[in-house]
Amino acid sequence: MSEPKIDGFELKPGFKGMASDTASDQTMFKGVHWGKAMMWIFLLSDTFVFSCFLISYMKGRGSTPVEWPNPSEVFALEAFGVPVPLLLIALMTFVLITSSGTMAIAVKYGYEKNRKMCGWLLLATALGGLTFVGMQAYEWSKLIHEGVRPWENPFGAAQFGSFFFMITGFHGFHVSIGVIFLFIYTYKVFAGHYEKGKKGWFTKLKGDYVEIEILGLYWHFVDLVWVFIFAFFYLW
Amino acid sequence: MSDEYDNNKSYQAQSSEVMDGSTGSVNPDIDYVRPSEVGEQELYHPHSFIEKWVFCQDAKVIGVQYFLTAVFTGVVGLILSWLMRLQLGFPELAGFMTAEHYYQFVTMHGMIMVVYFLTALFLGGFGNYLIPLMVGARDMVFPYVNMLSFWMFFVAVAVLMASFFVPGGPTGAGWTLYPPQTILEGTPGAGMGILLMLISLSLFVIGFTMGGLNYMITILQARTRGMTLMRMPLTVWGIFTATVLAMLAFPALLVSAIMMTLDKVLQTSFFMPTILKAGEVLEYGGGSPILFQHLFWFFGHPEVYIVALPAFGIVSDLISVHARKNIFGYRMMVWAIVGIGALSFFVWAHHMYVSGMNPWFGFFFATTTLIIAVPTAMKVYNWILTLWRGNIRINVVMLWCLGFIVTFVNGGITGIFLGNVSVDVPLSDTYFVIAHFHMVMGIAPLMVIMGAVYHWFPLVAGKMLDEGLGKWHFWITFLGAYSIYFPMHYLGFIGVPRRYFEMYDSPYMTSAVGMNEFISIAAFIVGAAQFILIFNIIKTLKTGKKAEQNPWKANSLEWYTSTVPPEHGNFGDRLPVVHRWPYDFSVPGAKEDYIPQTTAPSEVIHTEVEKT
Repeated sequence: MSEPKIDGFELKPGFKGMASDTASDQTMFKGVHWGKAMMWIFLLSDTFVFSCFLISYMKGRGSTPVEWPNPSEVFALEAFGVPVPLLLIALMTFVLITSSGTMAIAVKYGYEKNRKMCGWLLLATALGGLTFVGMQAYEWSKLIHEGVRPWENPFGAAQFGSFFFMITGFHGFHVSIGVIFLFIYTYKVFAGHYEKGKKGWFTKLKGDYVEIEILGLYWHFVDLVWVFIFAFFYLW
Repeated sequence: MSDEYDNNKSYQAQSSEVMDGSTGSVNPDIDYVRPSEVGEQELYHPHSFIEKWVFCQDAKVIGVQYFLTAVFTGVVGLILSWLMRLQLGFPELAGFMTAEHYYQFVTMHGMIMVVYFLTALFLGGFGNYLIPLMVGARDMVFPYVNMLSFWMFFVAVAVLMASFFVPGGPTGAGWTLYPPQTILEGTPGAGMGILLMLISLSLFVIGFTMGGLNYMITILQARTRGMTLMRMPLTVWGIFTATVLAMLAFPALLVSAIMMTLDKVLQTSFFMPTILKAGEVLEYGGGSPILFQHLFWFFGHPEVYIVALPAFGIVSDLISVHARKNIFGYRMMVWAIVGIGALSFFVWAHHMYVSGMNPWFGFFFATTTLIIAVPTAMKVYNWILTLWRGNIRINVVMLWCLGFIVTFVNGGITGIFLGNVSVDVPLSDTYFVIAHFHMVMGIAPLMVIMGAVYHWFPLVAGKMLDEGLGKWHFWITFLGAYSIYFPMHYLGFIGVPRRYFEMYDSPYMTSAVGMNEFISIAAFIVGAAQFILIFNIIKTLKTGKKAEQNPWKANSLEWYTSTVPPEHGNFGDRLPVVHRWPYDFSVPGAKEDYIPQTTAPSEVIHTEVEKT
């Protein structure tokens, strides 16, 4: 992204720049699209949601009298007859982080107005997300087969299943929403809606490639949250 | 107003010609305002009745929709309070009411008034209507999302109201919904009632998030030319800070609602400890009820300021306009709002002194709680100093503002009692608490709402509300509210517990009965007096005097729209250009006693305006 140029306003770097932007009229975040600013603030709010979930998890895990199940046993996956701890999770994490990479390149091609490449990379991102959700569904069904339920499980404290299904479910819901939007925007990019200036289905307003970046912000956030969930659930 | 923009000759001045302030001569360059950074906002104009009045994307219509829906829930909350007072004052007349009913009414009254009435009214109602107008924007930045926000709120209200009609009725767990009793059999509405309440709260949070993003981005990124943050009316500052609080506090409510829903539906035990019931161990076990209290109050305390900060902001503007004086210490007021907002995240456990937490925790939270009194007191002093030697118009709006100051100080002082652990413990769960929070976050913000309605009604409807009826409305409400809540302090001191259906065989049966009857009668009268306002509005809409543009001679942009009431797009062909703060009242040397924000500096070069 190029540096924004603002008529009659000097953009200074660093803390001074922040102060002069804040003291100026019209906009606080100079050259930042409304939608992008909105997504950042939404993500801040969403961070609080996930923080509340994870802090509750820590508190719940700390206060239950029954022993917590050992994650490296519970989440082990059998590969060639050998139980490998965290194999599936490692794969899931790899796929999701990779999809973050393809998303970032899609944003770059979007700003270069390279419609085809942007579309293909968005599609790759969407498929990565879909694979992640699929693997998560596999993991859920495996745990359910082993008798893990939100209200009880054979490995230890009942809260293990409760928090696991709730938090991964809430994260998976975020990923699924992201995948749906990735597919929608893949279609929009391939169909050339931004070049034609086609109006949005709901908002009835014209779009721009900045929407790809906004979607990208959301997608990276979902990845970042996964890193925390990974650390707190699978490594702790 | 379009003439004024033509006078603004420096409109096309180049940046190179600008700002040679050293000469001090009358120079049109002092009127220079940077060109627009963002292009014109693309607006979708409605094409049908439904798009214009139902699924409308115009923030002003959405504001009115929010307002009316919130007032509807407020009337429901009012009726519930009548029923409660009937039981407390005259139990022999309330034979139809069981203890279960009473608990349900307490719960629904609390939740409705705090969340669905006050929050929605201030942020959804006043926020939507006033933010775009006051910062000089054509509309909210995401009109479609804004429309969804209202309809999500509408569904949340519908789900909440539906809980009155399900088997078992609405939840009766108290508005704080403390587990474990909330979802256990034996608590009224522990079946469908609590489930609908939790769903409704979740929907409210989702709907509010959509609206809140709009309010924040409109204020941060869509101000008009010349409108710096420190030239915004305090109303906008109050609503903005409250929105920030809401965006960070509602997540805790959402999470606790989701977890409790799972406890209820899937028998998880997030909040549920091991429970013995009639000798049998229930399925639950190992959860932490205190966790819910922390989550709830992490939302709950900022929520108090989500209601209070917009009220602070609005009342500052009303006092300034109607005392014809600039607000005393504008910057101090802004920083006080921001400071109160920030501090409000570090005080939540003062609601939990009796939960058995570590005394050092109580010490910490008592300290932070008392620190909040500092910026709050600064604001009160500033309101009084704004009135000091002002050209005060004692009209209905000003009466409500004065009522607010008195009530707020009263409620604030009892807050200092309750903020201290050692005083709070004996007063906890007595009528003293009821009196405190009704004064400080019930009556005081309500007075501001009333003042704001009388103030902005001419803008919204183009007609002036009747002053005579307004004065009746004010005096009955003001004196009546004190008759209700002042005696409650004494009930609290003698130890009458709150949330009790009746006093049974306790000594309060005899000592508090006269007081209770008196309070109940006052409550009936005050409640009925609110219908004076509704009557006034209907009468004014039918036969009221047509309002001139800017009837109060105010400075802020909402009074300088192309038409009154403003149409979609607010400002006609050209957005206003702002040159000053909205508080230039009674400026020495000026022709009028007010200088609109759009007046260029060269026009008032001979006056002693504040530099903003």
